[in-house]
Amino acid sequence: MTVVNSSVGSAGRRPRGTDRQSRAGIAFVAAYVLLLIAFGILPTGYAIYFAFTNAGGTFTGFSNFISTAQDFRFMDAVGHVALYLLFWLVSLVVFVVSLALLLHRLASGTVSKSLRFLFYIPGALAGAASVLVWLFMLDPTVSPVSSLLGTLGFHTFGEVIAPGNLPLLFTVIAFWTGAGGWIVVIYGALNNIPQDVMEAARIDGASAWQTAWRVQIPMLRKWIVYMVILAFAGGAQLFVEPQLLSLASTGVAGRDYSLNQLTYDFAFQLNNVNGAAAVSVELLVVSVAAAAVFVARSGFFDAD
Amino acid sequence: MPTKTPAGPAAGTPLMEQGPSVMRRAHHRAPEARRPRPPRRLVPRLLTGSVLLVFLVFFVLPVVWLVLAATKTDQQLVHGNPLSFGSWHAFKVNWDRLTAFQDDAVLQWLGNSTVYATISLVITLCVAIPAGYALAMTEFRGRHTLLVSTLVVMLMPTATLVVPLFLEMNAVHLIGTMWSIILPYAFYPFGVYLTYIYFTTAVPKDLLAAARMDGCSEFGVFRHIALPLATPVIALVGFFSFVANWTNYFLPYVMLPESSQMPIQVGVGSLLSNVPSFNPAVGTTAIERPQLALATLLAITPVLIVFLFAQRFLVSGMLAGATKE
Repeated sequence: MTVVNSSVGSAGRRPRGTDRQSRAGIAFVAAYVLLLIAFGILPTGYAIYFAFTNAGGTFTGFSNFISTAQDFRFMDAVGHVALYLLFWLVSLVVFVVSLALLLHRLASGTVSKSLRFLFYIPGALAGAASVLVWLFMLDPTVSPVSSLLGTLGFHTFGEVIAPGNLPLLFTVIAFWTGAGGWIVVIYGALNNIPQDVMEAARIDGASAWQTAWRVQIPMLRKWIVYMVILAFAGGAQLFVEPQLLSLASTGVAGRDYSLNQLTYDFAFQLNNVNGAAAVSVELLVVSVAAAAVFVARSGFFDAD
Repeated sequence: MPTKTPAGPAAGTPLMEQGPSVMRRAHHRAPEARRPRPPRRLVPRLLTGSVLLVFLVFFVLPVVWLVLAATKTDQQLVHGNPLSFGSWHAFKVNWDRLTAFQDDAVLQWLGNSTVYATISLVITLCVAIPAGYALAMTEFRGRHTLLVSTLVVMLMPTATLVVPLFLEMNAVHLIGTMWSIILPYAFYPFGVYLTYIYFTTAVPKDLLAAARMDGCSEFGVFRHIALPLATPVIALVGFFSFVANWTNYFLPYVMLPESSQMPIQVGVGSLLSNVPSFNPAVGTTAIERPQLALATLLAITPVLIVFLFAQRFLVSGMLAGATKE
């Protein structure tokens, strides 16, 4: 990490201290820059390169995008992911904000703190574990809430995981593992609302509802947008949930349910790396565009 | 813990616009709103209580069920009370059958996960902490560009890069080695960002300037002044990195297809296809549901332990390392 490009500091005439600092700064970030290039920029460039070429390496324009879009599974996968994202983001915003507000109003700090921790625990089960747990929860033969499932009209595992239910089920799973962490974040943001503001609202007789709606939620806006962007980026890459479900259900979900499964299928089953890259690039463009709007508009990151 | 968040000052703006008008309007109602409070508050309280209770059950019940399921036989799982304890004997039987699967495969997967997650964690900390520090506390050419790229990459869905990463690793012949996942894991822009936020909000630049005046070298400033102050953020980055690495599925699924190299997440997923009740195609000799539950429990135990130990950091520090309890 001490090997640095020493020519950088000599560009302008600056005081010696700044020069020294500049070299040190570069030394401190050198290893990170290497990783950023190797595992951030390079694979992105690789994906773009493959997306616009064919197996022989010749430039083919948008033909990979067109051929993948014409794949009979593509639009279905887009629809699945879009519906799932809609459910997931709406439930996240509504429930996380409401729960954080409720927890924040609790008189007992200990109860509030314990609840936040208990809500957070499923976060430890992120990934494959959460899917397995919910396979059990959704299987009426072993589920602790089989009577609830029965009331809703589901008596067999097959009925529960019918294709139409999947976006909702994936939402439940994602919410179960992810919501607790976001509740902690939003709760923390609530804590950062200055005391005198809350005090002023209280003295002026604002009800809890008014305080929440007119004072707290507007001040949380940035954090809510931050949550939505990260959840969007996470949700768009839906993979492990449908993948494991397809193992458990002999193909109800299919191995091509989500866009990422489709890229996997293109790359490793159909040997169409270029098609896979085209789908990856589409996902990247959408999420980077969303992120860029967020970074530019919210002012969240102008920490400079 | 630092006491300011990046949102703090800026998030105040909408309030300044809306706050006063709310308060003026609400002001008229203040006197009569005082009196009838006690009777009216009972209903909202009950409502709050029941909403929180429902969510408590939702979040906790599956975890409790999972722990209990590992102590039962498949028969008990189907016919017994879902929230009863089976027996230690059944637990032992489940353990034996699970470990017998492919000769201790489960233990090997756990070992693999530990190795992968730990090595990546160490590299992440060695890389991300100095980088975040330099972005926050020093000036150098390209600092702003690096900061912006970090933010963009941080918001990019990592799983979409799995296929290109595979091609890249393939080109350098690292597929099937642990480095094919450890190195991508070690690149952790979120950790750099957290560290950056921590130093900008919690450590005054004057402190470092004073040390430089006293003739401290740049590395000395980092080593003796900044690093000791950074303990909370090191813990936070370490925690997030460990959990992210441990729970990742897609990347190792693609990079390490051999059973002997799988981390536990992928391994448990492969167990699933050997459970007859989910997959009638496999024979009865395979894994039963309680053993699958036990495997899941094993897969999450390390993260759960880290959770319990890191609880204090989590609850007070998750907000980009920047909240006050």
